[in-house]
Amino acid sequence: MTTQLFGQPVERREDPRLLRGEGRYVDDLGRSAAAAAFVRSPHAHARVLDVDVTGALNVDGLLAVYTFEDLPERVAQPLPLLIPHPALTHPRTQYALARDEINHVGEAVVMVVATDRYRAEDAAERVAVTYEPLAPVVGLEQSEAARTLVHADVPGNRGAHMVQQVGDAPAAIAAAPHRLDFRLDIERSASTPLEGRGVYARWDAQDDSLRVYSSTQTPTGVRAAIAAILELADAKVEVIAPDVGGGFGVKIMHPWPEEILVPWAARTLGREVKWTEDRREHFVAANHERAQEQHVSVGFDDEGRILGLDVTFLHDHGAYTPYGIIVPIITSTQLPGPYRLPAYRVEFSSLYTNTVAVTPYRGAGRPQGVFAMERTVDRIAAHLGLDRTEVRARNFVLPDEMPYDLGLIFQDGRPAIYDSGDFPESLRMLKELIDWDGFTAVRAAAAAEGRRLGIGLGCYVEGTGVGPYEGGHVHVETNGRVMVSTGLSTQGQGHETVFAQIVATELGVPMADVHVTTGDTRRFGYAVGTFASRAAVMSGNAIALAARSVRAKAVKVAADALEANPDDMEIVDGVVRVKGSPADAIPLRQVAVLSNPLRYSFSEEAKAATQFAAPADPDEPPIPRGEAPGLESRDYYSPIRSTFANGMHAVIVEVDPDTAEVKVLRYAVVHDCGNLINPRIVEGQIHGGVAQGVAGALYERMAYDEHGQLLNASFMDFLMPYATEVPRIETAHLQTPSPLNPLGIKGAGEAGVIPGAAAIAAAIEDAEGYPIMRMPLSPDDLFRLRREHAEEAAS
Amino acid sequence: MSAEHLHDLTLTVNGVPHPVSVPARRLLSDALRHDIGLTGTHVGCEHGVCGCCTVLLDGQPVRSCLMFAVSARGHEITTVEGLAGPGGELNAVQRAFQECHGLQCGFCTPGFLMTVTALLAENPSPTEDEVVEGISGNLCRCTGYQNIVASVHRAAALMTDGAGEPRP
Ligand code: FES
Ligand code: FES
Repeated sequence: MTTQLFGQPVERREDPRLLRGEGRYVDDLGRSAAAAAFVRSPHAHARVLDVDVTGALNVDGLLAVYTFEDLPERVAQPLPLLIPHPALTHPRTQYALARDEINHVGEAVVMVVATDRYRAEDAAERVAVTYEPLAPVVGLEQSEAARTLVHADVPGNRGAHMVQQVGDAPAAIAAAPHRLDFRLDIERSASTPLEGRGVYARWDAQDDSLRVYSSTQTPTGVRAAIAAILELADAKVEVIAPDVGGGFGVKIMHPWPEEILVPWAARTLGREVKWTEDRREHFVAANHERAQEQHVSVGFDDEGRILGLDVTFLHDHGAYTPYGIIVPIITSTQLPGPYRLPAYRVEFSSLYTNTVAVTPYRGAGRPQGVFAMERTVDRIAAHLGLDRTEVRARNFVLPDEMPYDLGLIFQDGRPAIYDSGDFPESLRMLKELIDWDGFTAVRAAAAAEGRRLGIGLGCYVEGTGVGPYEGGHVHVETNGRVMVSTGLSTQGQGHETVFAQIVATELGVPMADVHVTTGDTRRFGYAVGTFASRAAVMSGNAIALAARSVRAKAVKVAADALEANPDDMEIVDGVVRVKGSPADAIPLRQVAVLSNPLRYSFSEEAKAATQFAAPADPDEPPIPRGEAPGLESRDYYSPIRSTFANGMHAVIVEVDPDTAEVKVLRYAVVHDCGNLINPRIVEGQIHGGVAQGVAGALYERMAYDEHGQLLNASFMDFLMPYATEVPRIETAHLQTPSPLNPLGIKGAGEAGVIPGAAAIAAAIEDAEGYPIMRMPLSPDDLFRLRREHAEEAAS
Repeated sequence: MSAEHLHDLTLTVNGVPHPVSVPARRLLSDALRHDIGLTGTHVGCEHGVCGCCTVLLDGQPVRSCLMFAVSARGHEITTVEGLAGPGGELNAVQRAFQECHGLQCGFCTPGFLMTVTALLAENPSPTEDEVVEGISGNLCRCTGYQNIVASVHRAAALMTDGAGEPRP
C-alpha cells in the first residue's frame, strides 16, 4: 500500500548528499573560473573624485579592472526599484558601481577580475580611489532632524510616508477611560546566512547564451533582471540556485550589483567569472533590517479592552530603497496581531541614512510590529493590575469571527483578512505548556535562593503564502521516475522532501520515485520566489494541483487501455488498477508510454506497454485537440489573498542580580500553520526562527558609529549565538487548516522569530519590575537601566 | 608584480595523497576546496569563528581557514568526504544528523560533523552539558542547535550500540 506521506515526519531526501559533503553551493562550482573582487568604499558618505587603477595593472594574473566609466549604457543605469508604491515618493537605488557619490561603507566602486581570488584582492588593494568625505547621516534621530541629507534631492531624508486607519483612533483614545503614551526602539540586525552571496557566470559565445549560478531566493527574478539589463533574450539566460547556505530574506533582494556585473564581465571577457562574497563584505554590502523608533498611544477601558491604538513610527531603510517599503508596510498591517482593534491608526516615515540598505530579514517588519503591540498589551495589564494573559484574552478576535477583516491593505495590495485561527485555544495551550499559573510558585522558590526570575509572552498573526502565484510541473517518465519542478529556490527548508511527500500522496507513488528540482529556470521559468513563508503554500499547492491532473490523465489512459470505468480506478504504489480487481492493472511507467503516440521501443517498458495500446481510430488525430503527449502536467496556484498563520511564545528568564546577564530558562511555542506537511521540518523551522529571535533580543545588533562605520563587521564582534546561548524549545501545534487552499496549509518559515523580542522583553520586565522599552538588551544595557531605575526610585 | 613562488607538496587527505603546487599564503581551506576539489569543507567567515571549515588534522579538529596549506604537509587530513563508507553509506554521526534533522541548509554541517567526530572519539558518551560545550565553537544559523545536540546524543548511542564507528 502507498502510505499517506503528507503529514509524516519523514527523513529528508537532501540530507545524504549534504552529509557526505556532496552539496553544491555556488563557490563549489567553477573551479577554473576567473575570480572577481571589489574595491568598496571605506566612507559612509563621500564623493568619488578620482579612481586610479594604474597600481593594479601589473599584478600577476590580472584580467580586468572596471570602474563606472567602463560600464555600457544599460548597465550604467541605477539598479531597478523592485516594488514601487505610491507612498514611496522618493525612491533611490544604487548604481552597479558607484558613479560619483557613495552612500554607505561597503558600496562597490571598482570591480577587479583576476585568475584567482588572491590575485584579484592584490589588485583591488592597489586601486587608488580619491574621496571627498561628506557628513554622514546615521541613525533615525539624525535622519529625522535632517540637518544633513543623504541624497541632496530628498528633502527631510524622507523616502516614504504612509498612513492607514480604521475608525477614528485619536478620538477613541481621547474618549477612553485610560490612556498610555510611550516610545519603543528596535535596533538593526541582519539575516546573516552562513553562506554569503555568490555569483558564477558562464558565457557561451558559440551559443550566445549565459548561464548564471547565484545564491538567491529567486532565480527567475535574477534571470529577468540580467536579461533586461544585459539586453539578452530571456531564453538565452539560465539562472540556477544550486544548494544555498541559508537565506532568511537577504537573498530575495535582486538584482544585486554583483548579479549584473559578474555575468557582464563573463560576457565581456569571454570566460567564466565567479564572485564569492566574504564575511566582511556580507556585513557591509548585503542588506540589513529591523531598526525602528515607535511612538504608541493607546486608549482602553477598565477591563483592559483596547478602544483605540495610534502608532507613529520611523523606519530606517538605509541608503537606498531597492525593495520598496515592504518592511514598514508589513509592520503597519501586522501590528494588530490577534487583537480586535475598534480604532487603529498607523503612520510611518521611512527615512534614508548612510548605512546598508534595509530589505526583509525573516519576519520582515513583523517582529517590530509585534513588539509594539505586545508591549502595549503588557503596559495595559500593568496599568490596571491585571494578568497579562487575561488582557490578551479579552481583546482576542474569536474563532467565530473568522474570516476577520482588519480593514487594512496587506503587502500584496489586497485586504488583510484573517482566514483561520483559534487564539483562545492557542493561549490555553501555551499557558498549559509553560505552566503560566504555576509560575508564581516557581518564582517564589527561586527568590528564596536569591535568584530572580520573570515570565513573559508574545502573540502574533503572520500573513503567509502571499501571491501572486507559483507553479509546479509533474512528469511521470517512462522509466517510472516522477520528475517534479517548481521555480522558487530552496535555502534549507527541505523542499525536496516536502514536495515529494505531496506528490507521493497525491499520485499514489513511492516517495523514492519522486525527484524534485527547485530554483532552476531550465526546468521551470515562471516563479516569484522564496519569501514571506510562501514556498510550501504556493509551490506545495501548485505541485499538488499538477499531480492531481497527472493522476486524472493516468487514470483516463489506463481506463481506456483496460476498458474500465475511470471512476473505478485507483493508483497504489505506482500502479494504476481497478479497485477490487488488482489483476487489472498497469504500472504508471507503462501508462507514461501509452500517453505518447510516438513509441519507439527504446526500453522494455515501451515494448511491454504495446500490449495495452488500443487500436488507433484512423479518423481521429493521434493526439486529440486540447491534449498533449506525455504523462505530465503543469499547474499554477494563485490565491485570492494571503493565509494567516499565528502563534504564541512564552519565556521564562533568569536575570543575574549582579552582572545583569539574562538567561532563558524555558521557551515554549504554540504554533498554528494549518495542516503540517512534515512536522519534523516545521519544528526545525521554528527552532531556527526562535534562535534568531533570541539573538535579536539579547545579542545581535549592527553597531554603527557616528561616522557610519560598522564597528562589528565580523563574527568576532557580531554576537551570533552558539549552542550555548540558544535555549531548548518546547513546542505544541494547533492545526486550524486554511480554507483558502487545497492542502489547507499556512506558511511556517518565519514564524519562530516573530514574537521573540516581545516575549523576552516581557519576561525581563517581569523579573526586573520596570518597563523594558527597547531591544536588543545586552547585559551592559540592562545594568544601566537597572541603575537608572534604582536612582529614580531613590530620588 | 612578479609571479608568486609556488611550493610543491603533497597533502594527504582521507588517506589519499594529493600533490599540489601552491603559494605560501594559500589557506588550507582553499587548497582543499579549489586545488584538490574537495568542496565539502565550507568557508563561512575566514576568521576562525564559524567552524564551517573544520577538518581533522591527525585526528584533532582544526580550522582550515586559519592554517596555510604548506603547514599541513606531513599530516593526515580528514574532511567530511572521508566520513562515509566506501559505497557512500553514512557513518553513525552522519546517520544521526539525518535521523534527528540536525541540518537544514547544510552549510555548517561538514564542520559540525568533523567537530562531533573528534568529540565522540574523545568522549563516547558525553552529557548534555558536554555536548553543548563540545559544539559551542561552531555556528549554525538554521537549526537553533536543538536538533544538532540531539544528533550528537543519537550518534553516541549508535556508536555504543556498535552500529557504527565514526570513521576514521
Ligand atoms: S571559515 Fe574557518 S572558522 Fe569560519
Ligand atoms: S544548517 Fe544552515 S547553517 Fe547550519
